[in-house]
Amino acid sequence: MTIATSIDDACAAMKAKPDALVLAGGTDLMVEVNRGIRPINDVVAVGRIPEMRGWSREGARGEVLRIGAGTTCADLTEPTIASLVPALAQAARTVGSPQIRNSATLGGNLATASPAGDTLPVLAALEAEIELRSVEGIRRLPLDEFVVGVKDNALVPGELIVAVRVPVLDGPQEFLKVGTRNAMVIAVASLALVVDRFGKTVRVALGSVAPIPVRAIEAEVLVAERLDFDGEVPPDSDLVDQFAGLVADAARPIDDHRGTAAYRRHAVMVIAGRALRRAFPGSSKVVE
Amino acid sequence: MSMVDTATVQRTETPTTRIGDSAARPDGIPKVTGDFVFSSDLWHDQMLWGGTLRSPHASARIRQINIGPALALPGVHAVLTHEDIPGSPDFGLDRPDQPVLARDIVRYEGEPVVVIAADHPDTVRRALAAVEVDYEPTKPLLDPTLAEDAPPIHPDGNVIRRIHLRHGDQEAASRSDLVSVEGTYEVGMQDQAFMGPESGLAIPDGEGGVDLAVATQWLHTDRDQVAACLGLPAERVRLTLAGVGGAFGAREDISLHIHLCLLALHTGRPVKMCYSRDESFYGHVHRHPARMWYRHYATSTGDLVRVEARLLFDGGAYASSSHHVIANATCFAAGPYRVPSADIEGVVVRTDNPPCGAMRGFGAVQSCFAHEAQMDRLAAALKMDPVALRRQNALASGDVIITGQRITGTLPVVEVLDACAAHPSAAGGPNEPMSRPGGAGRTADVEHIVRGEAVALGFKNLMFSEGFDDSSEARCVMHSGLVTVTTACAEVGQGFVTLVRQIVGEVLRTEEVVLEPASTNSIGSAGSTSASRQTWMSGGAVQLACEAVRRDLLARVADQYGVLVDDLALLDGRVVGLPNGEEPTLASLTVEPIEATIVHQHAPTLPLDDCGQGDAHVSFAVSAHRAIVDVDPDLGLVKVVELTTAQDVGRILNPLQALGQLEGGAAQGVGLAVMEEVKVVDGLIRNPSFTDYLIPTALDMPPLEVAALIEQPEPGAPFGAKGIGEAPTISSTPAVAGAIRAATGLDLPRVPVRPDDIALASREGRVSPEEAR
Ligand SMILES: Cc1cc2nc3c(=O)[nH]c(=O)nc-3n(C[C@H](O)[C@H](O)[C@H](O)COP(=O)(O)OP(=O)(O)OC[C@H]3O[C@@H](n4cnc5c(N)ncnc54)[C@H](O)[C@@H]3O)c2cc1C
Repeated sequence: MTIATSIDDACAAMKAKPDALVLAGGTDLMVEVNRGIRPINDVVAVGRIPEMRGWSREGARGEVLRIGAGTTCADLTEPTIASLVPALAQAARTVGSPQIRNSATLGGNLATASPAGDTLPVLAALEAEIELRSVEGIRRLPLDEFVVGVKDNALVPGELIVAVRVPVLDGPQEFLKVGTRNAMVIAVASLALVVDRFGKTVRVALGSVAPIPVRAIEAEVLVAERLDFDGEVPPDSDLVDQFAGLVADAARPIDDHRGTAAYRRHAVMVIAGRALRRAFPGSSKVVE
Repeated sequence: MSMVDTATVQRTETPTTRIGDSAARPDGIPKVTGDFVFSSDLWHDQMLWGGTLRSPHASARIRQINIGPALALPGVHAVLTHEDIPGSPDFGLDRPDQPVLARDIVRYEGEPVVVIAADHPDTVRRALAAVEVDYEPTKPLLDPTLAEDAPPIHPDGNVIRRIHLRHGDQEAASRSDLVSVEGTYEVGMQDQAFMGPESGLAIPDGEGGVDLAVATQWLHTDRDQVAACLGLPAERVRLTLAGVGGAFGAREDISLHIHLCLLALHTGRPVKMCYSRDESFYGHVHRHPARMWYRHYATSTGDLVRVEARLLFDGGAYASSSHHVIANATCFAAGPYRVPSADIEGVVVRTDNPPCGAMRGFGAVQSCFAHEAQMDRLAAALKMDPVALRRQNALASGDVIITGQRITGTLPVVEVLDACAAHPSAAGGPNEPMSRPGGAGRTADVEHIVRGEAVALGFKNLMFSEGFDDSSEARCVMHSGLVTVTTACAEVGQGFVTLVRQIVGEVLRTEEVVLEPASTNSIGSAGSTSASRQTWMSGGAVQLACEAVRRDLLARVADQYGVLVDDLALLDGRVVGLPNGEEPTLASLTVEPIEATIVHQHAPTLPLDDCGQGDAHVSFAVSAHRAIVDVDPDLGLVKVVELTTAQDVGRILNPLQALGQLEGGAAQGVGLAVMEEVKVVDGLIRNPSFTDYLIPTALDMPPLEVAALIEQPEPGAPFGAKGIGEAPTISSTPAVAGAIRAATGLDLPRVPVRPDDIALASREGRVSPEEAR
């Protein structure tokens, strides 16, 4: 087992031991190991690499936020970063329990690439870029090229996720997650909505209703044309309903033991409407 | 004149170990700090690890089992099949109908087929994967409604028990002026969801016998079943209770006990087994799923006239305690109400679904969900207040229940109902986003929420019934002042270990107490830790044994000092009241030990006759819950905002432990109402993990308001105390379900209530948040 203290260390160890498992917070990995479905021979632990934890602002105006892959869900809920990417903080807050959030990392959530991974719809809506490193060098992939299927990602052997880049947007953000328990529950359906007032766009992505996070492009286009981005006039019911319907159309849900496809589609529609109303309350209402 | 001087009387006694005190659990701090040794922590330096190969099919013929490849693996010490069972090939709590290891047929997913012992858990895992079982899958019998007419899937047939209870005038409903309501209700399969998975350690004694340490609810019946399957006389199989991490009925049946002993005797080595969480879902019985049709008849002024019901319980593949579960469901089918005429048919059938058996509330949970829904429906039909309807029909001491039995003990139905219904609510509005339906998921805004409220009553027997009059044995020895208590009562978290100290403190006025480990070697059976019975049965046995020691002790002192026993008393480890002012210590008086062994029995019960009539029960208890819920109808999500309870307790022995039972039981009831279900599709469990078998978190379980604990001492019960463990689980579920109905206007005839049931229900009849406001 290698306990890496730098990214270079970790990459070197992964090159030397191609079948080693990468261990971050262990909240996915150890469950699989304990259940005997992930044979474990060697481990490269990346939890003690300082350069993989925390965040920084990049770009001339600090318009890009670079978040280390080792940043935990608990870290993501801290006020400073929460004010920059509120939806990511909201999503991180819904992950597991306090114990899990203290260990679970953004990189682990990404690498697991579960359809129910809670940070994924937010990263999809933000059009995040994933930064990968190996002894060969750096690769940068947009989220939709990184998450390629159910629990399947674009990592090649020896490659580590080191960071995620997302834009710092001017505008409200929402993350809503539906589950059959009020906390510590795997999403039956989730939705992230981010507003870019400057670009006059709204971006919406869904979780748990398709093998990978899906964008609701038609719904985005519809509202971009009709919303009042200055926030004076709230969307009328007609617009909200159309938007919600188009979002639901983007879902490709299945029936499983956590929920039926019919419920998932319905739930996505409901939370889409609510997210839009929250993001555009009009001048008379204050955002919560 | 009293011989006790005032100085003695005023001397303070240790205040926390008398009856009525909130004595702390002796195992409380070790459990919180992680020092307590649970069964999964058992260890022996020479031990092997055991594992179980289970059927992946709900129904299949076994053509062949090839253990060769597993046996050939280095580190594997034993690979056993049904051919290696020296004694009875079958076991069972009521009757031996379940193979220790499957022979030619498997009848449910997870049925054990092969057991293995090896040097390391990983070796066990590899060996399990190396066993070749050639199955021929057959069509499983999955629909309980078809079971009766289907070809038998077991030599004992597909009907495990049918009870047709008929009470009173069977023509009572033929009057034309009655109001009737009808409904069909369903309860899903709940799991006990204890935290400590099945585990144990078997150690061969080198002479053909075996010692087994195991987490269980009932050592002696386990011992008898294990011995029968090993082909050994009972005394060569010794069971000792290992640290139990919860039970709730799931440990009443044998799980790994026989397998462990077989492996230990076969290898001559200690063998440990510990189920994984997933395996645990296959390793124990669940609560019976039920379908229940009901019709209630009442006069137009709200007097119940007759209840008709058809209860169909799915027992799964093997009988377990189904026989008694259906009896309870049937006997308590009408709830704690005066019902002069009844026709209740209770049937429990065999299917290829997971076996079902005991779980907290034991049959009464299912029928309570139905009869309380019916009472609300009847109240609506009569345009009556649901609480008033219940009060008007409430049973009381002296009344006759639908089994024809007269209630001779206490039964404060009106008292618990009124206390609960009248208790002021402390529930605030849904202002805090996290405390709305959907919780941390932030799905609801205030305007999406509707609130509902409902009250429910629950009714159940205490102790075993129908002539199954088991006893409990206890021994009390006082030696050099130290009191040693021995019983085989299984402490499963209910607090018996605390109670023993309180009983000794109360009767013998000393804190110097040792409770011997519960074991089959040292004492006779205590009976099962179930049916809300151990405080009464084993608590009673300990009380009687302590009283016998006290009598002998005082007689010894009276004799020695030439005084009357009546002048003497015990106080703080001394005998007081001697005319010479001397206060001999218990230590000095019991250099020569004093010992008493008592077998405690409750009043006898009788079997039910062909019409389900008879004095089958020892005692009864009643509880009330009021639930206030917030519902987000569009998403079908629920937040239970407040739960209030009042319970018939006889007498409170330990207020803190009583609260623990009330809170824990209610949490299990909330779970059944809104989330807890073992989802079985095509006979296969789809959610065998705590990832997907959801139990309430702190955000789901509201604060429990205790409106009242009604103390009406029960005649015949030690200290007048009734068992209190099960009632909280019974009435909480229907209260929550009723509150969701009140909020949404939907029928919701099934628990757990799923989001689909609310969100996708036809909008007709549904209350919208705007209308509700
Ligand atoms: C009780 C419980 C509740 C949970 N609840 C939720 C929930 O509500 N929502 C949710 O989305 N998830 C949930 N999870 C899953 C899990 O906590 C998250 O997916 C978490 O983000 C995983 O991060 P980790 O650091 O623990 O990853 P690990 O378990 O350490 O690793 C997970 C996978 O990612 C790989 N990996 C980790 N870091 C890197 C890296 N930097 N580069 C390349 N590969 C890497 C590992 O090799 C492994 O395959 C829950 C888990 C548990 C046990």
